[in-house]
Amino acid sequence: MKELLIIAIGSALVNNVVLSQFLGICPFLGVSKKVETAAGMGGAVVFVITIASFVTGLIYKFILTPLGFEYLQTIVFILIIAALVQFVEMFLKKAMPPLYNALGVYLPLITTNCAVLGVALTNVQKEYTILEGVINGVGTSVGFLIAIVIMAGIREKIEYNDISESFQGTPIVLITACLMAIAFCGFSGLL
Amino acid sequence: MNKCTERVYNGLIKENPTFVLMLGMCPTLAVTTSAMNGVGMGLSTTVVLVLSNMLISMLRKVIPDSVRMPAFIVVVASFVTIVQFLLEGFVPSLYDSLGIYIPLIVVNCIILGRAESYASKNPVLPSIFDGIGMGLGFTFGLTCIGIVRELIGTGAIFGAQILPLADTAAGVGGYVPVTIFILPPGAFLVLAFLVAAMNKIRKRAEKKGKKIAEPQGCGADCASCGGCEGKVFPTGNEE
Repeated sequence: MKELLIIAIGSALVNNVVLSQFLGICPFLGVSKKVETAAGMGGAVVFVITIASFVTGLIYKFILTPLGFEYLQTIVFILIIAALVQFVEMFLKKAMPPLYNALGVYLPLITTNCAVLGVALTNVQKEYTILEGVINGVGTSVGFLIAIVIMAGIREKIEYNDISESFQGTPIVLITACLMAIAFCGFSGLL
Repeated sequence: MNKCTERVYNGLIKENPTFVLMLGMCPTLAVTTSAMNGVGMGLSTTVVLVLSNMLISMLRKVIPDSVRMPAFIVVVASFVTIVQFLLEGFVPSLYDSLGIYIPLIVVNCIILGRAESYASKNPVLPSIFDGIGMGLGFTFGLTCIGIVRELIGTGAIFGAQILPLADTAAGVGGYVPVTIFILPPGAFLVLAFLVAAMNKIRKRAEKKGKKIAEPQGCGADCASCGGCEGKVFPTGNEE
């Protein structure tokens, strides 16, 4: 139990997926203009990463390892993730329309979100069991949710500020991310 | 200028993936803690880009349009796996410092973007040179950022001490490294100033009537980059 908690806190706060591992920078910069959309994107990422880390864990343990095909992990994982995202989208559309309306538009954007593949590969690299892998996935994606929602909140306020011409748009967002990363460095004493 | 040198010039300068198009931001931020890592990541990406551009261009008439994305992904992922094993075998130190970012070359926007927008529509030779140009442009970008971060963060370039360090114990004055530049926040800070400088240059060029290509990747909007625009597998509902 203690190990699982350490994995969850470690992946959510200490090694935050965006601010210290730089995975998922695209949606972090692109979909963080409003808190609402940021939360939707974050929710979709939590959903997909949790399922993806479970499925890739299963496939690695019960198909790739017994057959000795570990070296195919990158190819297999990326195809599984791409197929899974589309499957989840179709499933949500049919079975849970309210959830689909909230997350649906963001799902296709996640296919090549490097955070999803990153989590699957980290789980293998650190030799996590399937349960530990899923916890790591949940922690990582919650870390993404926290980062993108905070960023969106700050960006809504930045809108009203007078920023020098060259720094408008992406540069000021990156500087905000820099300050957030410094704040998240403070969590490194947590574990 | 013939087609091939034009492609290299295009990738290196006109549509430089790091400075102009702003593609592949994840590895740009993550691996540029030193100039050497930047070069290593850039060259690995170049190798994958050239080989995948070549193969995809060769197969462009064989791959059916509806399954092109999964096909591209398999091609790219295969070359990434090969490069990963070559690095692990021959340059283990670089392999260790780049870590998980080597397999993540698969989801680098530059590679799928070039496959989709250039290699799948053009003959083999120009596609190879397009890969070389874009790859070297990316390497150049990563190396520049790596040099800046390493110089400010440690006072060295490529591991060679350029600025003599201060030694307070011995009472010798010198450079005091700003360690934060080789930590994650430094990556965001350097990139912020880089993009701001590019904005300034772009505005100045527009005043003179010249047009510089707009950013396509993360800086603009994720939906516009080749790989993440939508569905990878055909669903049968396409028009």
